[in-house]
Amino acid sequence: MDFFLNLPLWLQAALKGIAVIIVLFPIAGICSMAERKVAAWIQDRPGPDRVIIPWLAWIPGIGLIRRLGLFNLMADGGKLLFKQDPVPGNVNKFYFVLAPIIAMTPAFSTVAFVPFGAYIDSAGATIPLILANVDIGILGIFAIASISVYSLILAGWASNSKYPFIGAIRASAQLISYELSMTLAVIPVFLWINVPGAPGTLGLARVVEFQSQPGFWGGAWFVFVMPVSAVIFLIALFAETNRQPFDMPESEADLVGGFHTEYGSFKWSLFFVAEYANMAVGSAVFILLFLGGWNPLPWVPLSLLADWLHITHLPWLVGTLATVIFLAKVIFSLFVFMWVRWTVPRFRYDQVMRLGWQKLLPLAIANLLVYVIAIACLQT
Amino acid sequence: MAVIQVERKPLTFMERIYLPNIVAGMKTTLKHLVAPALTLQYPEQRPAIPPGYRGVPTLVMDPNGREKCVSCQLCEFVCPPKAIRITPGEIPADAPDAHVEKAPKEFEINMLRCIYCGLCQEVCPEEAIWLQNTYSVSGYTRGELVNNKQKLYEMGGTLPDAHFKWDKKKAAAEHGNAH
Repeated sequence: MDFFLNLPLWLQAALKGIAVIIVLFPIAGICSMAERKVAAWIQDRPGPDRVIIPWLAWIPGIGLIRRLGLFNLMADGGKLLFKQDPVPGNVNKFYFVLAPIIAMTPAFSTVAFVPFGAYIDSAGATIPLILANVDIGILGIFAIASISVYSLILAGWASNSKYPFIGAIRASAQLISYELSMTLAVIPVFLWINVPGAPGTLGLARVVEFQSQPGFWGGAWFVFVMPVSAVIFLIALFAETNRQPFDMPESEADLVGGFHTEYGSFKWSLFFVAEYANMAVGSAVFILLFLGGWNPLPWVPLSLLADWLHITHLPWLVGTLATVIFLAKVIFSLFVFMWVRWTVPRFRYDQVMRLGWQKLLPLAIANLLVYVIAIACLQT
Repeated sequence: MAVIQVERKPLTFMERIYLPNIVAGMKTTLKHLVAPALTLQYPEQRPAIPPGYRGVPTLVMDPNGREKCVSCQLCEFVCPPKAIRITPGEIPADAPDAHVEKAPKEFEINMLRCIYCGLCQEVCPEEAIWLQNTYSVSGYTRGELVNNKQKLYEMGGTLPDAHFKWDKKKAAAEHGNAH
């Protein structure tokens, strides 16, 4: 710990950044496998479970890993890396190649603003584990996450083909429609945590801190205090990450493959790793805002749990525990994304637009007004 | 015809907000998530083949281990996709079944063309060609999927058969009362 803290600041930041990416990238990769397994289990079949490296097959106990399909993950990765990568004629090659790269960039940049754990220092204060503990927090996430739609637009446009183009247009329209409701749904949370007299912040760490206070209203997660906000945010999150039932940009039933129709092999897989990384970051934000972040249970904050386990004096252990709790919540949330995908049929495009503009947006505005008035009455 | 007016009920509020229905659907899928898989683990477990299944066409021998086919070529002519190719041949005069006169020198069924119609089995006067219950046909080359005579007999084996037509024919020929 001391050794790490004595390193130059830029090296510490780089190491921390790499550590976070090293965790996030495999989660995004494994999600593609998990998606297939969850799909299979929901459809009463075992899913991918055959691939094995021949000379590994005789190791006892390897069968479980094989049945979980972990070798399929390697096989998929190998296939996507090494298969032929055709670039169709008549595409704009520069933007065609740029699109998947742009898809990855916001997915791995937004994670800088996401606190993924906390530890308790010797003074008893909770210090969040975060790459960039800046006050713009959620604003930065929204700003950078919106860039991800550029990749879809670029992919659709540079492909020089009809279906990708329609997919790209749908993606941009959908993002604009749902970004509004999403932002409006989050505002009550920040109105509530920025009490008069205290320094204002849009940081997510402060939101979790607010949900770990003692007392009934202090310890309540915001999903109990603001259920409508939470539901609007969740629906908008599904739409923003292009997940079913909102996967208009790729909807293979009517658009072949949507924006990625012309893509293959590794470029194609980059879109999907980015989508899963977006999902992971998005659900992390949802958990931080509404589900108490790294607190294990409502009304049971991390510091109380650390007290029960008598590990308050071991900051690294508390930090690890917090991160594990948080990651477990994120992984469960990713599972919910998949669960919904294999339950709910895809909406029609006009239904997506009507839901966004005619239902969610007025609801978000009404929700905001109610909380503005309520918070104004409570906090004066 | 009586016209029955079906009243279309307006959706209730809970139905219109749709979220409870999604939750109900997720409950259903969760049940399936924990339910055991219903699939057949194919290469290890094989499905039960019903009787009368039309699988791969094969050639069969009679209970004495002789080939039944007399290379009449009816199956070759009737085969709609022209999958069967027969090269007729004579049987050597000193062979024990010389009285049969003819047997196929080569008999090929191209499984890339076969449509499993079963007409070859229908048309065979000697009941020498049978569609059996082999359903898994695969190969790495096109050549592997052309079954030659040896392979057809390997797959066909011997079917129980009480006719012994050629025995009777032989006996008749020996006793001079050919029918």
